[in-house]
Amino acid sequence: MKLADLLKNNMRQYGMIVALMFIVLLFSILSDGILLRPLNVTNLILQNSYILVLAIGMVMVIIAGHIDLSVGSVCAFVGAIAAILMIDLQIPTGVAIVLCLVLGAIIGAWHGFFIAYMKMPSFIVTLAGMLLFRGLTMVVLGGQSKSPYPDEFRLISSGFLPDIPFFGFTSYHVLTLLVGVILSLLVIFSELKSRRAELKHDFTVLPKGYFIAKLVTMVAVINVFTFVLASYRGIPNILVILFVLIVLFTFIMNKTVIGRHIYATGGNQKAAELSGVKTKRVTFMVFVNMGVLSALAGLIYAARLNAATPRAGTMFELDAIAAAFIGGASMAGGVGTIIGAVVGGLVMGVMNNGMSLIGVTIDWQQAIKGLVLLAAVGFDIYNRNKSK
Amino acid sequence: MSDIILEMRNITKTFPGVKALDNVNFQVEQGEIHALVGENGAGKSTLMKVLSGVYPFGTYEGDILFEGDVCHFKDINESEEKGIVIIHQELALIPELSIAENIFLGNEQSQKGIINWNSTIIEATKLLKKVGLADSPRTLAMDIGVGKQQLVEIAKALSKKVKLLILDEPTAALNEEDSQNLLNLLLEFKKQGMTSIIISHKLNEVSYVADNLTILRDGKSIETLSLKKDNVSEDRIIKGMVGRDLENRFPPREPDIGEVAFEIKNWNVDDPLHAGRKLISNVNFELRKGEIVGIAGLMGAGRTELAMSIFGKSYGKNISGQIIKDGKEIQINNIKDAIDKGLAYVTEDRKTYGLILIDDIKRNISLTSLEKISKRSIIDKHREVKEAEDFRKKMNIRTPSLTQKTGNLSGGNQQKVVLSKWMLSEPDILILDEPTRGIDVGAKYEIYNVINQMAAEGKAVLVISSELPELLGLCDRIYALSEGQITGEVAREEANQETLMKYMTRTGGNGHETS
Repeated sequence: MKLADLLKNNMRQYGMIVALMFIVLLFSILSDGILLRPLNVTNLILQNSYILVLAIGMVMVIIAGHIDLSVGSVCAFVGAIAAILMIDLQIPTGVAIVLCLVLGAIIGAWHGFFIAYMKMPSFIVTLAGMLLFRGLTMVVLGGQSKSPYPDEFRLISSGFLPDIPFFGFTSYHVLTLLVGVILSLLVIFSELKSRRAELKHDFTVLPKGYFIAKLVTMVAVINVFTFVLASYRGIPNILVILFVLIVLFTFIMNKTVIGRHIYATGGNQKAAELSGVKTKRVTFMVFVNMGVLSALAGLIYAARLNAATPRAGTMFELDAIAAAFIGGASMAGGVGTIIGAVVGGLVMGVMNNGMSLIGVTIDWQQAIKGLVLLAAVGFDIYNRNKSK
Repeated sequence: MSDIILEMRNITKTFPGVKALDNVNFQVEQGEIHALVGENGAGKSTLMKVLSGVYPFGTYEGDILFEGDVCHFKDINESEEKGIVIIHQELALIPELSIAENIFLGNEQSQKGIINWNSTIIEATKLLKKVGLADSPRTLAMDIGVGKQQLVEIAKALSKKVKLLILDEPTAALNEEDSQNLLNLLLEFKKQGMTSIIISHKLNEVSYVADNLTILRDGKSIETLSLKKDNVSEDRIIKGMVGRDLENRFPPREPDIGEVAFEIKNWNVDDPLHAGRKLISNVNFELRKGEIVGIAGLMGAGRTELAMSIFGKSYGKNISGQIIKDGKEIQINNIKDAIDKGLAYVTEDRKTYGLILIDDIKRNISLTSLEKISKRSIIDKHREVKEAEDFRKKMNIRTPSLTQKTGNLSGGNQQKVVLSKWMLSEPDILILDEPTRGIDVGAKYEIYNVINQMAAEGKAVLVISSELPELLGLCDRIYALSEGQITGEVAREEANQETLMKYMTRTGGNGHETS
């Protein structure tokens, strides 16, 4: 197998990752290296965390063959309710967070009911939800911002994992470095294991040389990343949440029956139904899940801003949808991956951050992002048609 | 009558990696009906796409001569201008538009872009009369049946001043009666001097209607037979298509029939849109272990509705009646339930209802049996591959890889994937709705083999088919269904097309005769 063939065959798989790397490289050069400075990398994660959380839920909705336009408004509404619970009613933070997530699930169930059981188009139901929850946000906040949140709540978005004492020999965050090493070992172990299994079943696998190169690259990326984080304040709490969500939902979509049912429902609802998939329930659950993740994103955003504002979360839905599509999801449903959506979200995030660093104004940023979305999806479709 | 209207010389068309057409020669005489036959993938549709300009001049090698002139069609419009009109297998009517609008779609009766509705309706009425359709041209396309839709397609072709009409599998979706009408219409057009090319799998229809017949195999033109002069048997044609003798179109089988496995009693189903309108009334039937039972009926008789209403109430309203399996009455409330209780239903429309075309073979095969290959709801992917691989071998699914998307497979291979899916779910009762629709002769034989094998394993098999010879060749017993009622039951020994047709067309009454 030649390298060129390899790249061509895996264009869709690696295309976006390559694009992300290219964008990172481009902006680090343009910004004289500021982009990859420890402080900026940490900021990048904090800035984009809520979009990534939304993108994870959104790509599942899109795979199931639907769309959710309400997530930005739901974020704002949940943030507002969180403020009322924690600031006005002085309810303990932990309890308030759980209540907010339950509220998210109820909102998701509200959408899911109309979409799955009343068979209304998701575009319309969630467009209504977008208006409804934006309105309710303004109602409950009385048009005013509410702040500040309790300190322990703000830790979601501004806290870092504590360090382990290391005799004070180093200024680096030792736990972070350790996490990098452990993750590297896990990656090597799982890649080897799946390669062995694939060989056993006579699947075509990467030639040995490329496989080793892939492993080395992955390990290098992980450790450079953790090293960069370690030279600032270590791993932000939010990164842990993101990591858990990515791993959990990737697992669900790839390995579990419910994940397969989501793909099947989006791929061909009628055929899935006649194969015994309870497509209505699947659709309903996908929206409940989106509701919970919207609530979580709303909490993360509120904690980061340290205020609930009536205009919070505006346009979040579009960023999340763009992330899913840049990451290879298909408008028709049945196609997409969690990791793709996350990479798509990062492409948008790095571009936002990079353009701000080199002084591109916010209006131009918007325009350029639009073109990137168009180009990414256009490139994807061009490739797919070519490979036919 | 030996004027050549169309000659295609040494046509070669290559796709990346595949030679779809290899030096094909094809001649059609003025005023004849010429049949083009061959297995799926033999290159029939490709040849017609070359002819009609779907594949423009320059993308193929060879010459097309139409009425003596060399033609270089760049697109369909150019070929239609010459009078070559193709009606594709998949009907291209827009359901929300009226018959008249559909007929003149792309060819609107208009002056300076403004549609003249009067002439649209008048011209449409004239065209409908020619094809023998009495419906109002204002009727929406979605409100008429497939048979009538096919006639509208033909009316649409006639509106284009057609000289050479090409029909790709025109009767694939039609029942016997509508098919017969259509074929007679073609013969009528022939009398008026029109030339037609008909692509079909149904050899009895081809023999009935065609003057000459050209066989394609593996992208090559094998031979042209004259059906009117020589006495060409169907077996002779099949031999040309598959390149070998098919001893028998149905594999031999020794039925080993056991006790009653499945019974339906007093089954009633209402139309899902008009509650109170009965689609199925008081149907009773039984299936025995190891038995293959057929259901014969015209389109609209309620065959699919009956099957789907039994299969987890997936069709219809106000469903009532008893289901008895292995002597015990069971309740089936949804599809999952039906599968868990050992039922399987292979749909008549595999692309819409049977497969997830954007998913690969193994994921399609495992879909109904995910729980079986999972532990605590986590899918065992190795087991998934292994099961799929077993079926690929057993069913002879021709594919380079199990990760091939099912949308890229031929009809026969798609059907094998659907059957694999249901076999993996290990049903006791298997309902097959048009199991060989749109499948070539060779693959049909393989599918009959699979059906026989399932019966031999002691499963009870119910086959619904529009093709009577198929039912007669396959089944131990055949029920006739007409207007939602069982109108007759015939054992294999006594069954023939005439008896079945008689029962299938019997209307009204509650007659349940056993002959």
